[in-house]
Amino acid sequence: MSGVRVLVGTKKGAFVLTSDGTRKRWEINGPHFAGWEIYHMKGSPVDPQRLYASQTSGWFGQLIQRSNDGGKTWEPMDNKFVYDGVAGTHQWYDGTPHPWEFKRVWHLEPSLKDPDTVYAGVEDAAMFRTTDGGKSWTELSGLRRHGSGPHWQPGAGGMCLHSIILDAKNPERIFIAISAAGAFRTDDGGKNWKPINKGLYSKYIPDPTAEVGHCVHHIAMHPSRPGVLFMQKHWDVMRSDNAGDSWQKISGNLPTDFGFVIDVNSHEPETIYVVPIKSDSEHFPLDGKLRVYRSRSGGNEWEELAKGLPERDCYVNVLRDAMAVDTLDKCGVYFGTTGGQVYASADSGDSWAAIARDLPGVLSVEVQTLS
Amino acid sequence: MIRVVLPAHLRTLAKVKDEVQLDITGAVTQRSVLDALEANYPMLRGTIRDHVTQQRRPFLRFFACEEDLSHEMPDAALPEAVASGKEPLLIVGAIAGG
Repeated sequence: MSGVRVLVGTKKGAFVLTSDGTRKRWEINGPHFAGWEIYHMKGSPVDPQRLYASQTSGWFGQLIQRSNDGGKTWEPMDNKFVYDGVAGTHQWYDGTPHPWEFKRVWHLEPSLKDPDTVYAGVEDAAMFRTTDGGKSWTELSGLRRHGSGPHWQPGAGGMCLHSIILDAKNPERIFIAISAAGAFRTDDGGKNWKPINKGLYSKYIPDPTAEVGHCVHHIAMHPSRPGVLFMQKHWDVMRSDNAGDSWQKISGNLPTDFGFVIDVNSHEPETIYVVPIKSDSEHFPLDGKLRVYRSRSGGNEWEELAKGLPERDCYVNVLRDAMAVDTLDKCGVYFGTTGGQVYASADSGDSWAAIARDLPGVLSVEVQTLS
Repeated sequence: MIRVVLPAHLRTLAKVKDEVQLDITGAVTQRSVLDALEANYPMLRGTIRDHVTQQRRPFLRFFACEEDLSHEMPDAALPEAVASGKEPLLIVGAIAGG
């Protein structure tokens, strides 16, 4: 019997939600690491019982936790994230040089082939990797040193490397995104990187078409089509058909193209989901109605998905790593809100139900489909 | 025997319910106490002081004998009452945040 495990990171702990393949009844376990911010949790694609979690706190700093039993028990791993060599400076909000300082891990991306290899996206923006299951971490410093690093600036949430996408067909290729530097790609396993921001237009920066400086909120890719990327930028929903070499705007008929999440249906590579947010100064849905929008044409034509979602008085946000899909048929889609709700659809988005309603504010959602 | 009282979250992390007791040979200082604490409870490394700079985390403070010792030098001797085990070294988290 198949099943689903939803890993929910919140502002005050981690929660593991489980259901069988019908996805009708849910059991909630947690909080794990009560009182700590859990920026992200993710399981290994090759060993679903192996989970990694980023546990962080303004008081006590960063911890990395590992579970070998699907989240029942956890073990703290190495938490030493030290930049390679002299860290140098990036730009501060006012444009002055500011020392690179490690603050927290935003995203953990386990390898597609090895449960002991995990990539970590951190703030201040950099990429680290462990190859021993979290016992030690090494920076892939080619990203930070590729040339534009001293010109990167933080977004309002900090200068974070928040998205990491591994290419199943080309293990040397990795895509990442940084707020507010933009998207980058390596084709040699992380030694060398290049910005992939051509076609992005950000009118709030001095040069709206600059090579770096764009506030990319999230990127997504269907594993079967590694050259096709989707992006939710600060404003604008974008698409690339050439692995990020150029981007086109696909906002189409969205009521607002500001937002944070974007994801791709697990069975239909041209079906994508976003949650439109009113604006960069009003981080909540339009008119108090929480809505997912779905495009079945890879962008531009969008349909509103409302069934089961709040119709009024809803002023939550959905943060950048807080949407995920399962691989069951029909595709399950899940997202969490800053109000502590986790919504799920077991029918590709046609209808929704809250599977958790009163958690702490949700920072991240990941899904494991279990056989 | 040196006694150390940890903040609640670090007690949970270290899997201890009460104050921690440490054996220290030589001078009893902030540095020697934290070195012994981290040697006995490796999961606490990086949570009280930075891995590299060894600086105290800004939202933590060190108290003992009703004195704030946070700004003492790391190698300064802790009060005799701490060295003798009569009083604990208190590691205190700031009351701040949500």
